[in-house]
Amino acid sequence: MKYLLKQMGLYLVAAWAALTLNFLLPRAMPGDPVMSLISRMRGQIKPEQIASIKAAFGFTDGPLWQQYLQYLNAVFHGDFGISISSYPVKVSDIISTGLFWTILLGVVSLLISFIVGNLLGVFITWRRGGVADTILPGLLTFMGSFPYFWLALVMLFLFAFKLGWFPLRHAYADELSPAFTWTFIQSVLVHMVLPAGSVVLVSVGGWMMTMRSTMVGVLSEDYIVMAEAKGLPQRMVMFAYAMRNAILPNITQFGMSLGFILSGQLLTEMVFSYPGLGFYLVKAVNTQDYSLMQALFLMITLAVLVANFIVDLLYVRLDPRVRAG
Amino acid sequence: MNIPQISVTEAQTPEVRSKIRRAPRLAQFDWFTRMLRDPKAVIGLVILAIFLLMAVFAPVIAPKDPNRIVGRANQAPTAKFIFGTTGQGKDVFAQMVWGARLSLGTGFLTGALITLLSLALGMTAGYFRGWVDGVLSTATNVFLIIPGLPLLITLAMYLPPGAMTIIIVLSVTGWAWGARVFRAQTLTLREKDFVSAAVVSGESTFNIIFREILPNMTSLVVSSFFGSVIYAIGADAGLAFLGFENVSIVSWGTMLFWAGNNSALLTGAWWTILPPGLCIALVAFATTMLIYSLDEVTNPRLRSEKEIDSVLKRFHIRSRRSTPVLRHERGG
Repeated sequence: MKYLLKQMGLYLVAAWAALTLNFLLPRAMPGDPVMSLISRMRGQIKPEQIASIKAAFGFTDGPLWQQYLQYLNAVFHGDFGISISSYPVKVSDIISTGLFWTILLGVVSLLISFIVGNLLGVFITWRRGGVADTILPGLLTFMGSFPYFWLALVMLFLFAFKLGWFPLRHAYADELSPAFTWTFIQSVLVHMVLPAGSVVLVSVGGWMMTMRSTMVGVLSEDYIVMAEAKGLPQRMVMFAYAMRNAILPNITQFGMSLGFILSGQLLTEMVFSYPGLGFYLVKAVNTQDYSLMQALFLMITLAVLVANFIVDLLYVRLDPRVRAG
Repeated sequence: MNIPQISVTEAQTPEVRSKIRRAPRLAQFDWFTRMLRDPKAVIGLVILAIFLLMAVFAPVIAPKDPNRIVGRANQAPTAKFIFGTTGQGKDVFAQMVWGARLSLGTGFLTGALITLLSLALGMTAGYFRGWVDGVLSTATNVFLIIPGLPLLITLAMYLPPGAMTIIIVLSVTGWAWGARVFRAQTLTLREKDFVSAAVVSGESTFNIIFREILPNMTSLVVSSFFGSVIYAIGADAGLAFLGFENVSIVSWGTMLFWAGNNSALLTGAWWTILPPGLCIALVAFATTMLIYSLDEVTNPRLRSEKEIDSVLKRFHIRSRRSTPVLRHERGG
C-alpha cells in the first residue's frame, strides 16, 4: 500500500509537471505567442479562432497566477477549446476517438511483443547453446536496431503496396462505419497487422534478451535444483519456478515501455495514417493547431501515467516483497 | 584485482591458469583490453569506424554537393548513380555519405551531453542523498515517465528550428535513464571502504566524487554514452522524418523526410528509403553490440559464463543450463 501511494504521488507530480509545462511553454516563447501565431497564419484566421487560441492558452488580462488557475480549471473540466485545423470540432471530441485507436494499437502490439519475447527468452535459455540460442539474439538485436517508422515504411511498401496483402492506410476500411459487427472487427484486425507487426518486430528482442539474462541467474538458484531433484516435470520447473521469478524485471519494464511504445507508435501511426493520438498530434503541429496540440500532449502523458499505475497494481499482486515493504 | 577462481575442476585448463597468473593491469581499464578480444566488440567497433570514416572523408568519397540536382528524378540504381536518384533528382549515394556527418554528429554530441548531464544529476543525488536526492529522484522519475517523443515534438514546435535546438531538446529529454543508473551506482560505491577512507583522510568532496567514485564507473559511463547515442540518432531521425528539423540540410533523417514527401513508396522508389534506414540500423546495431560486450566484460557473472563456455566447448559438452558457482580466491 505504501508502495502504491508513493507511485501515485509520483504520477501526480508527473501529471502536474506536464500540465505546467503546457502552460509555461507558450509563455516562455519570445514575444506574444498569440500575436505571432496569428501572423504565422497570414490572416487566414477568424476572430472566434483568435478567441479560441487565447482561451486555450489561458491568455487573459489577469496576472500569471490567475491565468494559471483559469487554465487548470479549464483542463479539469475537460475543456480544451476548439480545434483550429478542423474547425469547429471540439478538441475533446478528436481526443476521444484518437485515444481509443492509440490504446488499442499500443496495448495489442505491446502484449504480443511482451508475450512472444518472454516465451522466446525462456525457450532459448532452457536450450542454452542450441540453434535458436545462437541465432535469435543476434537476429532480433539487429531487427531492434531499425527505427520504428523505417521498418513500418518498408513493411508498408512490401506487404501493402507491392504484394497488396494488407491495406495501405487507416484503422478500418473507409466505406465502413464503426459498429460492433464481424465485418467491422475483421477490417480493424486486418488494418492492424502491419502497424502492430512493425512495432512487435522492433521491440521483441529487448524482452527476450532481458528474460534470457534474468533466467540465466534464476536457473542457478537452489530452488530450481530442488524442483528438479523432486522430479517435477520440466514444463513445471520451466514456467512455474524459473519463469515466474525471472519475469519480474520485465514487468517493471512493461510500464516504462508503454511510454516508449506510445511515443514510438506516434511515427507508426503517421506512416499508416492510423487515426490515433500521435497521428493527430503531428497533424496538429503541421497545421499549427496549438489548442489541439496541447491537449494531445496532455492526453498521451495521462494515458502513460494511468497505464503505469495499472502495471504497479499488477506488480504488487505478483511480487510479495513489494506488498510487504 | 580479484580474479574469480573457477571451482569446477575441468576449468583448470592452461588457458584459465595463465589468466590467473598474469600480473594485474590497471583495474579501471581492464574492461577495455578484454573487450578488444571479444568478437562482438570488434564487429561493433569496425562498423562504427567505417561510418565515422565515411563522415570524415565525405568530401573525398562524394566530392560533389549532395544537394545538387544531378539528373532525372527517381532513377533506379545504375552504374552512374549507384544508389539511384531521389524524387528531386539528387544523388542518393552522395546524400547518404554527407548525411552521415549531421546524423552522427548530432548523435555523438547529444550522447556526450546526455551523459554529462545524467552523470552530474545522478552522482549528485547518489552522493549527497537526503533532500537533494529526493528532489532529483522525483525529477528523474517524472522525466522517465513523460512520453519522450510527444514532448520532443511539442518542444521542437516552440523553439527556433536548427541542429542546435535538436541537440539541446534531445539532451533535456534524454538524461533521466542514465541519471537513475548513475545514482544507484554512486549509492553503492559510496558505502565502499575506499570512499570511507578518502572521507576520513580529509579529501575534498570534489576529489572524492571525481577521483574516487567516478573512475570506478568508467565502463558504466561508456555504456550509457553509447545508449544515449542510439537514442539520439533514432529520435533525431524521427523528428527529421516528421519535418520538424531544417529539411534543407542533408541528414539520414531528412533523406527519409524527402522520400516520404516525394511519396517514394507509391512511385516504388525503394532506393531512397533503404540506404538511410540501413545506415541508422547498422550504427545502432554496432553500438548495441558494444554495449552487450561491455556488459559481458564488466559483469562478473556473464564474464565467468563466457570463460566456462569455452571450457565446456573444449570438453564437447553441449547443453548446460545454469551458471556454475564461482568463488573468490580471497575475500571480496
